[in-house]
Amino acid sequence: MRKINISKCLAGIAVLLAAPLLVSAQQVESHIGKVTGHPDAGRQLYFRYCWGCHGFHGNGTGENWLPTGSFPDMPNLNVQPRNFVAATFKCRSTPTGTLPTDNDLYNSLVRGLANSNMPSWITLTTQNRADLVAFIKTFSDRWKTEKAGTPITVPPEPALTVQSIQHGKELFTKLECWKCHGPEGRGDGPSASTLTDSNDEPIRPYNFEAGSRFKCGSTDQDLYKIFMTGLDGTPMPSFADVIKPEEAWDLVHYLRTLQVYHKSPELALWEGTKEGAEIVKAQKVRGTPTGSGVNQ
Amino acid sequence: MQGKNLLLAVVVVISASMMAPARPSGGTVSGKITYEGTPAKQKPIDMSKEPSCAKQYTTPPTTETVVTGPNNALENVVVYISAGAPDEAAPSKAAVFTQKGCRYLPHVLVFQVNQELNVLNEDQTSHNIHPLAKINREWNKSQPPGAPPIVDKYDKPEMIAVKCNIHPWMHGTFAVLKNSHYSISGEDGGFALPNLPPGKYTITAFHESYGDQSQEVTISGSEAKTVSFVFKAKPY
Repeated sequence: MRKINISKCLAGIAVLLAAPLLVSAQQVESHIGKVTGHPDAGRQLYFRYCWGCHGFHGNGTGENWLPTGSFPDMPNLNVQPRNFVAATFKCRSTPTGTLPTDNDLYNSLVRGLANSNMPSWITLTTQNRADLVAFIKTFSDRWKTEKAGTPITVPPEPALTVQSIQHGKELFTKLECWKCHGPEGRGDGPSASTLTDSNDEPIRPYNFEAGSRFKCGSTDQDLYKIFMTGLDGTPMPSFADVIKPEEAWDLVHYLRTLQVYHKSPELALWEGTKEGAEIVKAQKVRGTPTGSGVNQ
Repeated sequence: MQGKNLLLAVVVVISASMMAPARPSGGTVSGKITYEGTPAKQKPIDMSKEPSCAKQYTTPPTTETVVTGPNNALENVVVYISAGAPDEAAPSKAAVFTQKGCRYLPHVLVFQVNQELNVLNEDQTSHNIHPLAKINREWNKSQPPGAPPIVDKYDKPEMIAVKCNIHPWMHGTFAVLKNSHYSISGEDGGFALPNLPPGKYTITAFHESYGDQSQEVTISGSEAKTVSFVFKAKPY
């Protein structure tokens, strides 16, 4: 009988076990569709395009935000750039308190963030942006110890009906969105003037009447995700535990009717009804917002 | 005869030892927390923007950044063992944080790493719970009246400020600790940490406005040691 060489077997097993360790470098990568991003390439891009605002250490205190030697410390930008070390992000498809997916970060690079100084980086290639996502993830140890959250499911949009809009209006009242966003969604609710973000900086709620793009996109699906995941680091909470998914679409339909200068199927349908037409007409009256204490 | 006497004696001794009070297991560190100087005046809270809460009070409640008692006692100070005691698994009982009358009850909630936290809303208005964690994850959830408790937990020790964005006067603290040796000072400023096995401990006292202080205490048996903390008050 052939003798089995024990030591050779053990050596072979050891190599097999060690192989994965030898192959995978201690590298954080990003995956955007079929593209894989690498942090080393991202580092070059970050220190060319991003560090002016986001800072040498990625904590949002770049020269563009806070010039060194300025006296007193007066920020140039009114909204502080994202702090990648803290790794709390506004625009996500994942539940509040969880890390965003690679695609969430990528989308922020592509879109920019409305009403802030973060531009749209469509000037960079897809590979560039994927590399930047990979590098951004190296600023915080959270990416090593936590996985990104599970993205929420956005169900297919149900039919747009007047009942849906009216139910959305009831939700807007019941869930007290108006306390910050105001009864007409003008960002002038009773609590609006006292809002501060998690760095204790003043912050205003979104003004639907002004009708700009949302912080995190411009589609109905983006709007859905905003209130179902919350904007972490800001006063905007997640309503995922208190709104059923089908009701959430009703709220999306109603919120579109608050954007009275932005053409949408919801607004068109709403203006076709007597109730809606009166409300939109009153919305369009230019003047001081409610709650300002000024009588017209 | 002798056997019966012996048996009786044994029974008496056994029952006597069973009736004797149990000796305390370990030492106790206790004491008082006081302040020196003039603390900031607590102001009445204007809840007129939230009538459903304002009407619950005959006189408006005051802010709670510094709560004091007689003889310069300092309330709401979390006293805990920050070093020298082993980490402990979380108890199964949940720590409960209640929103009532547009305030947080208790103002400071102390619980352990991985212990379940339940947040309740007993008001007629929505609140949003926004614990401003910097070491743990920061999250922000809306909780309308009648909603079920929000359940969560933290996996790292941290002193976390809690606020409601809708009602800016609401402030609270989550003190997430690694072990079960903790005490919050009451109106008399007193605290007690019992059941301490022999060892060298660092006792830390944390106040939301005055920061923290630490002292070292050594326990060798079941003695009671007294430790006091004095915080410097600020008039603003």
